[in-house]
Amino acid sequence: MLLFVLKRLVYVLPIALGVSLICFALIYLAPGDPASALIPDNTPPAVAAQIRQAYGLDKPLPVQYLRWLGRVLTGDFGLSLSTRRPVISEVIPAMGNTFKLAGGAILLACICGIAFGTRAAYRSGRAADRLIGAAAIAGISVPQYWLGMVLVVLFSVNLGILPATGMGDIKSESLLAELRHLILPTIALTVVPAGLIARSVRSTVGEILGQEFVQTLHANGLPPSRVFLHIMKNAAPPALAVIGLEFARLLGGSILVETVFSWPGTGFLLNSAIFTRDLTVVQGTVLALAMFFVLTNVLVDVLQMLLDPRFKRARAASGAWQ
Amino acid sequence: MTDHAVELPVDGAPRAWVRRPHGYWGGVSRRLSRDPTTLVCALILTTVVLAALLAPYLDLADPYRTSVIYRLKPPGTPGHLLGTDELGRDLLARLIYGGRLSLLMGFVPVLIATLVGAVLGILAGYFGGLVNAAIMRTMDVFYAFPSILLAVAISGVLGGGVMNGLFSLTLIFIPSIARVSESITMGVRTQDFVDAARVTGAYPHQILLSHILKNVIGQILVFSSSLISISIVVAAGLSFLGLGVAPPQAEWGLMLSTLRPTIYVAPLNAILPGIMIFITSMCFNLMSDGLRNAMDVKG
Repeated sequence: MLLFVLKRLVYVLPIALGVSLICFALIYLAPGDPASALIPDNTPPAVAAQIRQAYGLDKPLPVQYLRWLGRVLTGDFGLSLSTRRPVISEVIPAMGNTFKLAGGAILLACICGIAFGTRAAYRSGRAADRLIGAAAIAGISVPQYWLGMVLVVLFSVNLGILPATGMGDIKSESLLAELRHLILPTIALTVVPAGLIARSVRSTVGEILGQEFVQTLHANGLPPSRVFLHIMKNAAPPALAVIGLEFARLLGGSILVETVFSWPGTGFLLNSAIFTRDLTVVQGTVLALAMFFVLTNVLVDVLQMLLDPRFKRARAASGAWQ
Repeated sequence: MTDHAVELPVDGAPRAWVRRPHGYWGGVSRRLSRDPTTLVCALILTTVVLAALLAPYLDLADPYRTSVIYRLKPPGTPGHLLGTDELGRDLLARLIYGGRLSLLMGFVPVLIATLVGAVLGILAGYFGGLVNAAIMRTMDVFYAFPSILLAVAISGVLGGGVMNGLFSLTLIFIPSIARVSESITMGVRTQDFVDAARVTGAYPHQILLSHILKNVIGQILVFSSSLISISIVVAAGLSFLGLGVAPPQAEWGLMLSTLRPTIYVAPLNAILPGIMIFITSMCFNLMSDGLRNAMDVKG
């Protein structure tokens, strides 16, 4: 078990390095010299060279990368180009806010997706199955940012019962106010993962229902509720893979919904950083989110292994990394 | 395309319909043409695509002509069937013209990514070893980013514009297509007919082109077709953020973004472009599902 976790972490190291390399390269992908953001126009060349030297921008790229990596590993993501505050102090609160959204959304998506997916599998081919299938495909096709706007029109403009944007003033208002601000963006984010989870659960449970062990359990006189537990246990690992992936994707993909609702999370931070050309903040946010994505994948693998030891053997046989 | 379909590694056993004179693809198209959902979706998409292509020849208002008096007229206003936008431009005309860029930005990235990703994946799956490691480990790194995040970050750093948008969208689809292609190819490579070809002295390029490619391309296309709807939604999302198409061009995501401040005044006008994104994305998803069923591909 411990060996498996360690192995996964060792496998993930080169990927994490690659991710950091891409994040480092992001700044050099931008048109123009990265130093140009630091050096005002009309700076005498001698002063410009000094600034370059001070920031280490005169060194060869591999050296710059290693220095940057060393700083990142100690938690120093550099300074924001526009606010001059450490990037890390902007990214961490934003990540917290995004977690609230993504956490609520994935929870809701799990409940809906698993309940409806299982129901559809049990009612295979009947009206309920088709209805759930249609709803699920509508769910995965929805542009979340548009759904957010529709929700605002319905609940804020027409009914006037929920706030349209923002997070509320946390200091003066209660937890309830913050929850009210959370409702609409959470629903907007829930729909796509709920549809994906429902479809995945539908196909997994449907497959399991056709297996012989289910018949055997029934034939042995096990009550249907107990048989159901066996089915769920077998359906859990693949469902978990989808859920883990979707959670991580929500963290990175909530940018559009956060923009619609002006929710002060990572997406909002990234968006405003892009428009102020604050490249260090862009880099820091992307790096933090991608690293989280990588770690979630490892966690999902470990959980899958805990639930179903067969995964370990299958993985060992194929020699696959991911 | 028909000769090798018998060995299609769907689940091993050749199926009765494969033997019919129509061949494999004949069977697929026959089953597709009998699926009502696919037909309806195909009809809707054909209408949208044709309208977008033939927009200049339709009797439409000028999508760029602004009018201060006719701002945010509700749908049904005489002369403006779907109303007008925040600058008084005709919404119907802009939605139809907007389909050009929206569909282009949804379709082209998947097309290019399929070409690149399939070549990379098939090579990796067929040759294995170092080639596989070099290609697939690189893909793993790109796969480690949530796709929307990567697209936004790359477009954001490069700056807006259609070309940069197409580039970043293509980049986010290549890794998943390469992965799927690799695993399908690995499944086919170990089949007897490939060994037989090798034993009879076929060159690797002959095996790749005439044995492997024909047997993997169908499943790869099914997977790629499922990405078109994501591509349309994400492409419009980039423009929505101001990272794709630049104003005053008509594009659904951009229209949604410029109409957003008006949702308190003219909610119906403001959500119209989103309905277009939703309908096309859903039709592509349903058609991809239909294709998957018709081809009997699992997963």
